[in-house]
This record gives sequence, C-alpha cells and structure tokens, in this order.
Amino acid sequence: MAEVTANAQSQAYSSSGWRKFWADYSESPLAVVALLIFGSILFIAIFAPFVSPTNPYDLTTVDIMNSRLPPGSEDFAGNIYLLGTDGAGRDMLSSIFFGLRVSLGVGALSGLIALIVGAILGLSAAYYGGRYETFVMRIVDIQLSFPSILMALVILAIFGKGVEKTIIALILVQWAYYARAARASALVEKNKEYVEAAKCLALGDRRIILNHITPNCMAPLIVVGTLQTAHAISLEATLSFLGLGLPVTEPSLGLLIGNGFEFMYSGDYWISIFPGIALLITIVSINLVGDQLRDMFNPRLQR
Amino acid sequence: MTAFILRRSLQSILVLFIMSLIVFVGVNLIGDPVDMLINPESDQAEIERVIKELGLDRPVFEQYWYFLVNAFQGDLGKSFVFGEPALKLIVQRMPATFELALFSLSIAVVFGIPLGVYAGLKPDSRVSKTIMAGSILGFSMPTFWVGIILIMFFSVNLGWLPSTGRGDVATVFGITSSIFTLDGLSHIFLPAFNLALFKLSSVIRLARAGTREIILQDYIKFARAKGLSERRVINVHLLKNILIPIVTIIGLEFGSLIAFSTVTETVFAWPGMGKLIIEAIYNLDRPIIVAYLMIIVLIFVTLNLIVDITYSLLDPRVRIKGES
Repeated sequence: MAEVTANAQSQAYSSSGWRKFWADYSESPLAVVALLIFGSILFIAIFAPFVSPTNPYDLTTVDIMNSRLPPGSEDFAGNIYLLGTDGAGRDMLSSIFFGLRVSLGVGALSGLIALIVGAILGLSAAYYGGRYETFVMRIVDIQLSFPSILMALVILAIFGKGVEKTIIALILVQWAYYARAARASALVEKNKEYVEAAKCLALGDRRIILNHITPNCMAPLIVVGTLQTAHAISLEATLSFLGLGLPVTEPSLGLLIGNGFEFMYSGDYWISIFPGIALLITIVSINLVGDQLRDMFNPRLQR
Repeated sequence: MTAFILRRSLQSILVLFIMSLIVFVGVNLIGDPVDMLINPESDQAEIERVIKELGLDRPVFEQYWYFLVNAFQGDLGKSFVFGEPALKLIVQRMPATFELALFSLSIAVVFGIPLGVYAGLKPDSRVSKTIMAGSILGFSMPTFWVGIILIMFFSVNLGWLPSTGRGDVATVFGITSSIFTLDGLSHIFLPAFNLALFKLSSVIRLARAGTREIILQDYIKFARAKGLSERRVINVHLLKNILIPIVTIIGLEFGSLIAFSTVTETVFAWPGMGKLIIEAIYNLDRPIIVAYLMIIVLIFVTLNLIVDITYSLLDPRVRIKGES
C-alpha cells in the first residue's frame, strides 16, 4: 500500500512539474533557507576566482609579512582581511572560497560516480535476482558493517594520498549505500505492470532497467545522494585534516583547518575556526535539504 | 541455534580471509613487497636474510601462505620506526583506545537517555526543541572540528582541561587506566566527549523515538491508571522498554567508536592505536599498517558476530529467516 502512494507521489511530480514540487518543498521554511544558503555556497564554489577578494595561491600577491593577521586587519597596501590571514599570509576568506570549490568538487564527483556504480549494481541485482543478487547484496552487507572512516583509511593507507585516490576511496565507501537504496526501490518496481508490459514488448533487459525502472527509482536515490554527498564532504575533510586525503596542492576546507590547528595553541583561532564554520554550514545546509526531500518522498508522511 | 552460530562463524572467517587477501594483494601490487616490508635502512645481508625469512623469494601463492602462517603466529613484521614487533606495539596501545571508547560510550548513554526521554515526554517544549536541534548539530559536525573547538575553549581560552596526552594512570583490580586518577580523568574528559558527541546524538534520537512510541502503549496507561507515581512509570515501565533497542545499537556502534577514535586520538594526541596507525601512515611504517588493518578487521568481525548471535537470541525470527 505504502509503495503505491509513493509511486503516485513521484508521478504527481513528473506530471504537474516543478510547481507542485516547490509547493511541497517550501512547506518547511527552514528547508527553503537551507536551499538558499546551499545555493549561495554552490555559487561561491563555482565562481571562486571571481568572487574572492584575492587569489590566495597567486604567489605575487601573497606576502609572508601579512601572516597571521587577525580578522578585520589591514595591511600596509590597504587591503582588508575580513577573516584574517593564515600562516603564509593568505587571505582566509579567499582561501575558504577556493577550499569550498575543492571540497564540493571532490564530494560531488565522488558522489555522482558512486551513485552511478551503486545504482547499476543495485538495480541489476534486483532485476536479475538469484545468485547474482545474493552475491552483490552480501558484499554490500559486509561493507556496510564497517564504518566509512575505516574503509577510507584502509584504502588510503594502501594506496597513499592524492586527489584521484581520495575520490576512489570516497566512491568505494559510498557505492554500497546507493546499491542498497536502488535495489530496495527496484524490487518494488520490477513487479509492476508497466515492467511486465515492457517485457511483453520483448524489450531488452538493459532498456527495461535504464528507461523504465530507473526513472521510477530516482526519488529515493536523490535523497540518499544528498545526504551521502554531505557525508562525503565531511569524510574528505576529516581525511585531509589527518593529512591522508588531498595533497597540499589542492587545499580543501579540511586541509585549511588542519593548517590552522598548529596556530590554535598560540591563540590564533581564526585560521582553523572559519574554514570549519564554512564546512559546517555546507554540511548542515545539504543535510537539511536532504531531510526535507526525504520527508517529501516518504509515503508514511503524506499530507 | 548451533548451526546458526557455526554458519555465522564460518562467514566471519571468510571475511577475515578475504580482508587478509585484499591487504596482501594491496601491499604486493602497489609496490615491491621487499621495499614495503623490510626496513630500507638495513644492509644487503640483512635484506637477504629477511627476504628468506618472509619467503619473498618464493612464488606469490606461497608468499600469501607464508603471510597467513606468520599472521597466525602473531608475526606481522617489525616496525621500521620502533624496531619492535608491530603486533606488540598495537596491543600495547590498545588499552588506551578501549578506555577512551568505553568512557565515550558511558557519556553517550548517561547523558543521552535522560535528554532523549525528556524530549520524548515533552516534544513541544522549548528545551526539547533545543535538545533536538543540538542532536542535529551533533550529527552534522565533523568530529575533528569539534575536537578543535573543544581545545580552543577549554584548553586555550579557559585553561580548564589539558588537551594532549593521557595523564597519570593507576592500576585498580589489574586494570591500568587513567580514569582512576584525577589527572587522568581531566585528560580523558575532552577527547571522550569529542568522541561521544556523535553517539550522544543518536542515543538522544533513539531514546526520544522510543519514548514517544512507548508512552502511547496500554501498559503505560494502565500503570498510570493504577495510580503509580509518574516517576515510577518513567523509571521502570518506560525506561526498561526503551533500553533494549538502545543497548543493541550501542553495542553495534562500539566498533565505529574505535574506528573514529583515530581522528580523536590524533587531535588530542591520545596515545592509542588510532594515533599509532595515522603516524605509521605518515612514516610509511608498513608492518604497523598491515598489522593494524588485520587487528581492526578481527575486532570488527568479532563484534559483528557477537551482535548477530545476540540478535538471534533476542529475536528468533532472525535465526529462522537465516536458516530458510
């Protein structure tokens, strides 16, 4: 019964379009605020080189004499550092803007690939069933019984650090969540009449999975995707903070926080705290958006 | 029941075996095992000797066999940095990590259950909403950043609590721990709270959800109708029933506390095995990495096995479904 309403709900969105979707979404003012904040963060991340006051990685403008200036201070050239500078004299605000770019980029890219890999495995497991399904889901179960930080640690300890390696680690950590979600909804979908009809038309398996089942499984996958991306960003920050994730040439928020950690004991709080706040706002806003989406797609909370 | 335990144990052994294979293949494929497992500073004769000892001059299949045999005998190589057996180093650090994890778990339960029950009993009060908002924050905040904030407030600004190390330890009933000394307690508090925060949030949510569900049950109404005091209804009838799921989840999550302690231990310089592995990764101290991975997988597989068996004892449906 619950599945029927779930499907009716997702169909309602496709037929009456975005207006209905927005009407449901905007029922929670908090979620709207979160979406606005996330939108701004996304804008900043994409256009970081244009919105940043300075380019923190342009060696000609960065002066070591300006290192560890407190927030709001001004240097001899008259530049104002709203959030202070780090140990190398880089403007913190600009560093955070560029860091957001790296953090969001790594999080989104790994999330997207994990979504594709996980969805393919989960959907095909549900569709074909049998030993193949048991095998895939057994791996999913085993993997989900280990915490994500541990999986990532194992992978990075073996492979070493680097951008691609971090992304690979994040994909390997996340795919199982997508596979589980995709299989759960595909199991419901595959017994429906439209799939039967498609089978009667002698359509190929690939076409049925991709063109018929996948669109109807997107809602739960998008919810998992939002929440997982927040998780991936947090995990990447943790790994980079520990010095195991991204290299210093790709300074994500986690690396910025790690760089500031040593200055913490001498009271220069801003080098660590502000990137952390940026990270926190990003994660919380994505989580709030994801929570609202989950409530909207949850048949048990139908209004 | 015996069949269930037996099959589960066999599966666990299989997982252990697969993980050992992955670690072994990882070490072998990514680089030359000679470079990886032998101290680069040793001389030619020493290298020759260790190659013989580890069987690195044999075919790959035989090498894996040697790796397994050595692992079973507790020999996972010597640390490059410390020059001592890797396994011994890890086992030495283990009590500090377990102590931290257990202390965190107690914080999560002792504070989480009352807060969650309160939020469940009065879902609309302002205090409850604050508690729930706090738990969302606790879920969202990355552990390492909370650790930094805690250090900033309590160690740097206020100067109340130390931020590094384990402090004095004392031995009571054969257990050496820093929770038996005042200095040790002051050292453990910040890292334990840091590690506990995530679990605290989940306990609050579980306790709240459980309370809201159980408060509507007939036996609670009956207990109230009988004229029992509200305190007795909550402490006995409600608490007993919400404890079962919470305790199971907590047991399940103990392993993840140990995994996350790598982060907390690094932030607070807590001398546990989590800090050891992070340092080993920095120093490319590969025997320690391999040994840590094998140990942590062993811990996890054992924990999962215990949880599975406990589940099947508590809920026979799991067992029957597993057998069919």
